[in-house]
Amino acid sequence: MLDNLNLLIQAPLLNVQLLLDGLLIGAIFALAAYGLALVWGVMNVKNLAQGDFVIMGGYVATTFAHNDIHPFYALPAAIVLMFGFGWLVYVFIIRRVIGKDMFVSLLATFGLALVLQQALNLIFGSDVQTAEAGYKTRFFFGGQVTVADTKFIALVLAGVLAACVVLFMKKSRMGKAIRATAQDARAARVLGVNTDRVYAFTFALNSAICGAAGVLVAMIWVIQPYYGIVHSIRSFIIVVFAGLGNLPGVIFGALFLGSAEQFSAFVFGAEFQVAAVVCILVLVLVYRQIQYARHRRVVE
Amino acid sequence: MTTLIDIRKVSKFFGGVVANHEISLKVPEGGITGLIGPNGSGKTTLFNSIVGEHPIDAGSIIFQGKEISTLTVQKIARLGLLRTFQQTHIYGNMNCIQNMLISVPHRTESYVDMFRPYSREIYERVDELLEFVGLYSKRKLQAGDLSFGQQKLLEFAMALMNEPKVLLLDEPTAGINPTLINGLISRLKQANQELGITLFVIEHNMRVIMNLAENIYCLAHGELLAHGTPDEIQNDQRVIDAYLGAH
Amino acid sequence: MKSVVIALYVLIVIAGIAAPQIFPNYTFQVAVLWMMILFALTWDIMGGQMGYNSLGNIFFFGAGMYISAVVQIAQFAPVGEYTASFGAYQVEFTNAQYYTGLALGIIAAAIGAVIFAVLLGSCVFGLRGPYFAIGTLGIALAAAELVGGWGWIGGGGGISMPVFPGGPDVRSKFFYYICFALAITTFGFLRWLYTTRFGLAINAIRDNESKAEAMGLHTRRYKTVAWSIAAFFLGMVGAVFGNMVGFIEPLEVAFPTITFGIFMVAMSLLGGKGTLWGPVIGATLFHVIKELTWTYLLGWQWVALGAIIVVNVVYFQQGILGWAMERWPEKFGVVVEPVPGGARAAGQAQEAAR
Repeated sequence: MLDNLNLLIQAPLLNVQLLLDGLLIGAIFALAAYGLALVWGVMNVKNLAQGDFVIMGGYVATTFAHNDIHPFYALPAAIVLMFGFGWLVYVFIIRRVIGKDMFVSLLATFGLALVLQQALNLIFGSDVQTAEAGYKTRFFFGGQVTVADTKFIALVLAGVLAACVVLFMKKSRMGKAIRATAQDARAARVLGVNTDRVYAFTFALNSAICGAAGVLVAMIWVIQPYYGIVHSIRSFIIVVFAGLGNLPGVIFGALFLGSAEQFSAFVFGAEFQVAAVVCILVLVLVYRQIQYARHRRVVE
Repeated sequence: MTTLIDIRKVSKFFGGVVANHEISLKVPEGGITGLIGPNGSGKTTLFNSIVGEHPIDAGSIIFQGKEISTLTVQKIARLGLLRTFQQTHIYGNMNCIQNMLISVPHRTESYVDMFRPYSREIYERVDELLEFVGLYSKRKLQAGDLSFGQQKLLEFAMALMNEPKVLLLDEPTAGINPTLINGLISRLKQANQELGITLFVIEHNMRVIMNLAENIYCLAHGELLAHGTPDEIQNDQRVIDAYLGAH
Repeated sequence: MKSVVIALYVLIVIAGIAAPQIFPNYTFQVAVLWMMILFALTWDIMGGQMGYNSLGNIFFFGAGMYISAVVQIAQFAPVGEYTASFGAYQVEFTNAQYYTGLALGIIAAAIGAVIFAVLLGSCVFGLRGPYFAIGTLGIALAAAELVGGWGWIGGGGGISMPVFPGGPDVRSKFFYYICFALAITTFGFLRWLYTTRFGLAINAIRDNESKAEAMGLHTRRYKTVAWSIAAFFLGMVGAVFGNMVGFIEPLEVAFPTITFGIFMVAMSLLGGKGTLWGPVIGATLFHVIKELTWTYLLGWQWVALGAIIVVNVVYFQQGILGWAMERWPEKFGVVVEPVPGGARAAGQAQEAAR
């Protein structure tokens, strides 16, 4: 570990590489985190299956790649498929847990996560997979820093997607209905908004966002059925760190998390990457408690 | 009379909003003190500051000679300073007797005490206090199933069970059927006179507070506006203006 | 105690003692059943009775397992060398040494788990609701990952436990009876606990924690003690299970967070959380269903279990006992223990009779 740390100090370009990798993947984390915050803010549902939705999107991409279709086309496909899937999940599961005890929604989505993970494992096997996009790699600083073009493209796509969602929320009728329901569901209902429709749409939208993020993850990284929970944890870290309704915070938090992961993986070893993520979760929660305790509040 | 709670130049801000600005007042021991003022004048904020719900931004709060503004809600409660809430706070899934049992004082509770059963004396006291507030016949019902007025009485009985030195009551008669208010007032007076509990009461119902309190403080816009006996307050032009909205 | 209840207890004890004699092929499964009952009961202290839904109680199970392994191995070999050899290290010990090692291991596991509960409590008790759940989930996941990278205790390769001195038949019965004893002890302890002030206090914390604080309750103490109690029993059963299986490993055996960690919750919910018998009924039913799906739905068993959990949570939250208490409240003074549920039932019956 110390040797790796020394390497970091001695080779500044290595830091650049890790940072770049972190930022590029962090941008995709931001997408899933935003979706989580959306569902949380509008329906007060904490979706622990978030990461599994991402992985599902990833499998759409890998399936396309295995059938020699460019994963780029998987993006609209995943969005549509996951939107539909999300709507079904809402109708059969989420709808019945919205008004209830907060823990119930957590447990319901966790149960769903378990089902999805195991189902994906049975269908696709437990090997890690990736969706080859076939783009080339660029070299900077005389070959010491490499960035695959795929990652740049994924970044651009992530940005475009995010911009579309934000615009949708601001300008479209459904977007306004969603924001109104998030602020005060009862008032929205009184004013004629079909809150059930809004909830279904929001959850489906989140699912679609995750699916898209999943395609990007499959393109620039790897997916595997049991990686879902880690993606869910990442989204939670970012949302807890940034707070609901804080979009710049989500972006910043996601980029920071991505970078932190890359550096930890380098210093402590790749096998500790998941450990690093979970430890960051615990640290963020402890930090929040200390912050709140100063105002004599608890984190709830 | 000695001062039980000494509030010195207490200020509390919420972002840009000044909820309390340099409020100074004294709650004398053994008496009934009133706190009135139009909506938004900072009365509940002041209560919250006293019981430790949030830290204050300036000033000090001294209870029985001890600075309490840096203590947590639990510690302050164990010192004998309790409050009741506008919306009733009771344990909905337990019955009235259990609500009362759990309200015994926890000042001297050790780890071993946690595992003891409740003594017969405690059960007798529970029955006594439930009788006192008129809930004896409903004692086996779940607290969550009681009516709003009954829950307020239960909350009051639970507070008495805790043997406080001073009780901060936040609008005790709000939402209560007018025919039952007299009963509540007489019980408050009894608690004060017979059990020696100091009362500090926020009230909107002028008839109630003028009848109940010996001295009254009036807040408006986060500042202390006036202070005096019920007669003095009722005739104070500033108080009248504050309520009628002439700024 | 009512005679029906006494009869029920006697029946269960007899069944428990007789099971391995009558069904020797199923000894392991029934031992696991007792373990599941203990899982559900200990989860319910925090989740059902106190309202702190922990998704990470499995941490104490795994911690107990590893602590016991270290203590047992340390009796006759340097731990680091033993684990590095992956079972090739030859160990010599007498029967007495094995049993003392085991006993010490279990005791150490219990104490260690309690210490962890106190330490971790100070890290997570400022969290409520979903944050507490996710925080505890994080702790359990972190443990699995970190232990997996710690070579001294075997890392990802795991540890082979010292071999039991005796034939397989004796061995399975021996561990069966320990599991049975632990489950019975846990149940008996909790039955007493819920009648004391402690029981009422943790219910108060569940119903309205800020009210409890405002009335001067030492909520921190109660939360820590409750978690310590859960940790105590979980640690011991973890130590026993490690020996029962003979080989421990961080992700699948010691800290199976996503599976058994969630099953703890699902079982209590199925039977009815916040009651004494709910977790027992739920654990039994769940275990039976699990064994059936393993036999008949092999390949899809995890999916089936997950689906059952979702259906239970979504459509049947109050659980079996909860549903029964709503349907027949008067019966609950008579048949089941008069814990908080019984008092409520008496109240409702009175109200209904008005």
